[in-house]
Amino acid sequence: MTGKNRHRPTVLAVSSGGGHWVQMQHLAPAFAGADVHYATTDSTARERVEGTNVHTYPDANKDTPLRLIACTLRMAWIVLRVRPNVVISTGAAGGFLAIKMARLIGARTMFVDSIANARTLSISARLSLDVADRVLSQWPAVADLTGAEYRGAVI
Amino acid sequence: MIFATVGTQLPFDRMLYALDVWAGSNPGVSVFAQIGTSTGTFHNMETVDNLGQSAFHQRFQAAKLIVAHAGMGTILSAAELGKPIILMPRRFKFGEHRNDHQQDTATEMARLSNVTVADEADALHESLDWYARSNFDVAPATTCAESATLQPLLDVIRAFVWDDQASDTGRAT
Repeated sequence: MTGKNRHRPTVLAVSSGGGHWVQMQHLAPAFAGADVHYATTDSTARERVEGTNVHTYPDANKDTPLRLIACTLRMAWIVLRVRPNVVISTGAAGGFLAIKMARLIGARTMFVDSIANARTLSISARLSLDVADRVLSQWPAVADLTGAEYRGAVI
Repeated sequence: MIFATVGTQLPFDRMLYALDVWAGSNPGVSVFAQIGTSTGTFHNMETVDNLGQSAFHQRFQAAKLIVAHAGMGTILSAAELGKPIILMPRRFKFGEHRNDHQQDTATEMARLSNVTVADEADALHESLDWYARSNFDVAPATTCAESATLQPLLDVIRAFVWDDQASDTGRAT
């Protein structure tokens, strides 16, 4: 997709539970006007975003290989079902997987690394550098060191 | 009065025991803790493994003071509601996390007016004593709703969502 695209985009916003999810909520105003789907690991997330599409996937990291497979399969299903134009993730592993798969169907992809990573990029962000259209760090010094961009922070 | 949380993913008994000990010598102060996967036994505070998001928000809002691991979700929620918060960072050397990023987080977030950092039990007790002496009646901190760094981040994401290259000033290097 190039140039101006004025049709209403479908956004898939992917984040693990806890701090990743809280940060995604702080970024949510940027999705105003779009068709927004959330994917997260915490099924109780639905309680605080009434009336929005919330999909859940199993939490996983590099130390939990079986769950990582389950997470990958579930994420593939979510991506194929939602068919997003845009995927945004605040981490962690599930966000990287979603970005990787969404690229295959031509979505624009952005990984915003958690503000918790004040000294170095997370593993998921580092992996996303090779795959995502944009990788943002919320710390200028981390961006300088890694090839990510600094464009602001949630706090 | 005090709401404590260590998230839901990993145990953090060092903080919880320190808080439980303090609660034992301050019976007039009610302490409620979300202890996640911690398996310790606590005698002086009420605990729950995992609150759902609504219940978590309610407890958080009702509390006068938050005591927590240095998790960004909790820090952001405290900033949003202007709640004073004492942070104890999880340490890799004690097996409390996969690395020491919580210490970096705590160091950086110590600049916020509502944040106090306590590295170990004695420092936590000192901070708690300070709040107790002032009867937990501290002025609400300023909230982060008008964060100067959030707006540019929202702008760049909005431009990305709408593929609006005109309003995006390009890659910062």
